[in-house]
Formats: sequence, C-alpha cells, structure tokens
Amino acid sequence: MKRTYWQENLRLVAICLAVWFVVSFGCGLLLVDVLNEITFGGFRLGFWFAQQGSIYVFVPLIFFYAWRVTRLDRKYGVDETDEPDASRGD
Amino acid sequence: MSLTALTYLVVGATFALYVGIAFWSKARDTGDFYVAGKHVHPVANGMATAADWMSAASFISMAGLIAYLGYGASVYLMGWTGGYVLLALLIAPYLRRFGKFTVPEFIGERYYSQTARVVAVICLIIISFTYVAGQMRGVGIVFSRFLGVDVSTGLFVGMGVVFFYAVLGGMKGITYTQVAQYCVLIFAYTVPAVFISLQVTGIPIPQIAFGSDIAGEDVPLLVRLDQIVTDLGFAAYTSGAKGHVDMFFITLALMLGTAGLPHVVVRFFTVPKVRDARISAGYALLFIAILYTTAPAVGALARWNLTTTIQAGPVGEADANLAYAERPEWFRTWEETGLLTYTDLNGDGRIQYYNDANPEFAERAREYGWQGNELSVDRDIIVLANPEIAGLPDWVVALVAAGGIAAALSTAAGLLLVISAAVSHDLLKGVVMPRISERQELMAGRLSAAAAVMVAGYLGFDPPGFVAEVVALAFGIAASSLFPVILLGIFSVRVNREGAIAGMLTGLLFTVSYIVYFKGYMAPMGGNVADNWLFGISPEGIGVLGAALNMGVALGVSAATARPPESVRELVERIRRPA
Repeated sequence: MKRTYWQENLRLVAICLAVWFVVSFGCGLLLVDVLNEITFGGFRLGFWFAQQGSIYVFVPLIFFYAWRVTRLDRKYGVDETDEPDASRGD
Repeated sequence: MSLTALTYLVVGATFALYVGIAFWSKARDTGDFYVAGKHVHPVANGMATAADWMSAASFISMAGLIAYLGYGASVYLMGWTGGYVLLALLIAPYLRRFGKFTVPEFIGERYYSQTARVVAVICLIIISFTYVAGQMRGVGIVFSRFLGVDVSTGLFVGMGVVFFYAVLGGMKGITYTQVAQYCVLIFAYTVPAVFISLQVTGIPIPQIAFGSDIAGEDVPLLVRLDQIVTDLGFAAYTSGAKGHVDMFFITLALMLGTAGLPHVVVRFFTVPKVRDARISAGYALLFIAILYTTAPAVGALARWNLTTTIQAGPVGEADANLAYAERPEWFRTWEETGLLTYTDLNGDGRIQYYNDANPEFAERAREYGWQGNELSVDRDIIVLANPEIAGLPDWVVALVAAGGIAAALSTAAGLLLVISAAVSHDLLKGVVMPRISERQELMAGRLSAAAAVMVAGYLGFDPPGFVAEVVALAFGIAASSLFPVILLGIFSVRVNREGAIAGMLTGLLFTVSYIVYFKGYMAPMGGNVADNWLFGISPEGIGVLGAALNMGVALGVSAATARPPESVRELVERIRRPA
C-alpha cells in the first residue's frame, strides 16, 4: 500500500518521539540507577543524561525532524513556494 | 565608580536600548501588533522565544534549586527543554499553517464554537496572569537588591519600561527587544559561570568543568561533592531523594505545559513560513540549552563552594568549621539582605551547616557538640551571589543585575501581549463587537495591553500568598486544558465541539481542584504529603492526569455526538500540509 504524506509524517514524528522518550524518561529517570553504575568523564551516566545528555539530544532532534519533514514536503509536492505568506487570507 | 553607580549605568543602558528598539519597531496594524507582521527571521524568533521563555525563575532561581536538590532538580531541566520537542513536532508548524493571530482563535475555528474560544481565553488568562505576577515581583526584587531602592519603586520602573514597548510596539516591539534581552541575559549568565569553573577545576567550559577533577586533585568534583554532602547528613547530590514515579509525572507535566503555554506557542506565529516555524523551534531550544546546560554546572559548583567554605576540613574536627569572624566579604553582603542568616546555636563562634532533619546524623552531630544547623541560605542568592563568591569585578555584578531584569521583563512582555490579544482579538473582535474596524481593534489591543500591565504590576506589588507555587498551577493548567485540545484539533478530525469543550473543562477543573486541595490556598485542606496523593503524584505533576482525562473525555463525548462539519475536515486537511 502506498503511504500518504500524512502517514509518512506521523511515522517520522513517532520515531523522533521514541528518541525523545528514551533519552529523557528512559536514561534520565527509569534506568538512572543502572546507568549510574557507569561513570563517564567524572559523571555518573544516569545523572549526566538527566542534567546534560537529554538536552544535547533534544536540540539536534528538532533540527533532524525539520530536515526530514522538509524532504517529505518536496517528495509529495506540498512544500511552500517563496511567495510571502501563502496562508494569509484563506 | 561605586558598584551601585555602575549598576545604574548598566541597567540604564539596557533600558535605553529596549526603548530605542520600541521606537524603531512601532506596530502599524493589527498584524504587526499580534504577530509582528509574520516577518521575523527564524533565528531572531529563536532568540526571542528563548528570552520569552526564560523567566526570572530560570535566571535567578533554577541554579539555586539545582544546588539544593541535586539530581532531583533534573525534572526542571528535562521538563522545560523536552517540551520544545513536542512543540516543534506536534504543535508549532500546524498552528503557523493555520495562519491567524491567537491560540483561542485556532480552538474557536477548529471546534466551530465561540464557547470553546471563550473557555480557551479563560484558561489563557489564568495561566498568563499567575505567571506574570512572579515576573514583576522578580523585577522589583532585583532592583531592591542591586540598586538600593525599595521593591515598589523597582516595580514601577519595570512597569514603565514594559508599558512603553509592549503598548507601542506590540508583538513587533516585543520581538526585537527580546532578541536584545536574550543577548544581555545569556552573557550575564555565562560569564560568571566560566570564571567559577576556571577557579574550581581549571577548565573554562562549565558543562565539562562540573564533571572534571577539582584543580590540584585527581578526584572528580561530583564524587567529592557527593562525599562531603553525605558526610554532613544530606542526600547524595547525584542521586537525590524524590520518588521516580513522581519525578516522571512532574517532568511530563512540565513538558506538556511548555508545549501548551500560549505565550510560547504564539511566538511561532511570527515567522514567515511553516518551514521556518519548525526550524525556529530548534534555534529556540539551542539558545535555551546554552543556559539550561550551564545551570547544573553553576548549581554543583556553587554547592561545592558554599559547603567547603563553611566546612573547610573533616567533619567533626573542632577547627574544621569556618569561624564567623573570618567569614568572607560576600557572606557579609548577603547577610545584610537577610537572605543569608547565621545563628550561633552552640556558642562556639563557628558555623555549622548540616542536615539536622536527618535523625541519624543529628545524633552524631550532637557528639561533636553541634546544636543544630546554624546557617540558612535562600536558594535565590546562588546565581546573584556567584560573581561575588568568585571575586569577579564589579561590572560583572552589574551585568548579572541587568540580566535578571532582562529575563523578567522579556517574559512579562510576552505574557502581557497574549493577554491583550486574547481580550482585543478573541473577546472584543471575535465575540462582543465583531464589527469594529482594524484601527479600533489596534487601539483596543493597546488599551488592553496597558490595562494588563497595571494588573500585573498590582499583582507583583501585592502578590497573593501563593506566588511561589503558581508555577505548578500555570503549567498544570496549560498541560491539562490547552495542550490536549490543540493536539487533538490537529491529529484528529473526529473530535468535535462538544468533546473539546467537555474535555477542556474536565482537565481544567480536575487540575485546579487537585492543586488547590493540596496547596490549600484558602485554608489547608489536605496534608500535602505523598501518602495523600492520588497514585503518589504531587500537585506539580498532576497536569499529566488532567491532560489524560481531558483527552479521554474529548474522545468519548465526540464519539457519542455528531461528526464535525465538512468545513472542519477541510481545515484540518489544510493545516496538515505546508502548502
């Protein structure tokens, strides 16, 4: 079955949200005690994920989504033209 | 030049800059006033969003909270950054595609209902006013501590400046002042952090420094910090005491709340394209992350500095505690403000700083001849006292004052704007007097911004007793009322008017009742302890259950009532595609 633009977008969102969940709730909270057994450059790893690592992943994750979804826009021909503000007035 | 004069100069210069920008970016029409004409560059919008988002609480209080709670404060770090991922993936691009001016306007059109729009306005106003009161208070406090004027004078000056650029420039004025305010606040935050990192570890990058060895030793700072705080009876810094279930819910509530806060969402209405809204959320989080990854370093370093200053040698040795007569200069300065207090309980002339609430350690402390903890430190001084503790020059201290004011003013202005837009655009133009002209609406927008400044000033001057706890309320309401209906409005075509209204009201009432019940604003009703909480969730985290209830009710009621009209299906189809 051929996927639609919206289905592909939802799949991309789901992948990104899985990463979002794993680095914050997963590594920073649920698995923190296990990861804290590992030390990493003076940090206990679980603590590092909770206070640094999760944020370091969030930032590129948003840029990654923006990049991939713009590619999807082009693939399905729904990307914006360079006219200023296509949505105004409708 | 004296410190006070220097502070006046630096703060005065930043104010002149903000007012200058307001003149340059005067709003000409309602499009300028509500969404800056949709001409804001995504990077500029990222900076403005960062300043809009980072409030007096982020700038002044957060590092102190981390210093005090250690690992337990991770909920704020993850919650207040992770929300941007939700915003970028689930909310911002679609609302930008919708292409109108306000969040209630989207809810009103998507759910084809003026009632839904009015309910959204009510949620927005409660969220924004609770939030803004704390900001105005923050401005007043920074003024009183650094400029030697009383809190209310500081408040009036702050109100005057916000009044000027919010009323004159609207969103356009606010956006470009926020860009300037971001630069001021991030510089003011990172400079002292770099110097303190250098002093303690010899490494200039705070994010790396707080995981490094202490200068001259080969033991990591965090290991030594864990050791010394547990030696004094406190919980280990890197593991903390909060239950994991509750931490999970608080983190998620802060994330959902962030993605549903109207003053943040509306910032993404100001960029030219959908593509810009997506990328701009990335820039916003990047700029926020600079402060949010520095804060834990500041917290750990400050805790280390404070603890080792007081407890200079091994715990229990008589001369290991700092003698009061030999206390450093910054200690004296902050004692004068009353935010740092010392009471010599055992009369030995030395300072004992330990956890006397830990029965096991209190027992041992008595053997040392200690009679209780003698030092109380207000958490808010951690950031403000940092430059003095590190012995940095006066201009850095002045800069920190200007940074604190920038953080508070930028957030206050953003909040005031969404309040005024909700009144003039959603209530007046949308519901009460649909026939007013654009000029009249713009005037109404300016007047309601002016009125909102007055109310905010009053709330800051005479804060209701619960200001310290309003953050829980604002995030809880945003998470449980607005976020779910915006999300469902985009990702479901089936949810209808009846479902959205019932869902919003359920989420709002449930969350507000739970918080009021446990925080007991009127009179304490339920003891705010873990045993009484529903499923062990504290009031700070209850917004998650509120959001789940909201969605459940919205889906259930929608399934039992008529489908939304065809025009709504078309609207949803349209906002799902960038073009």
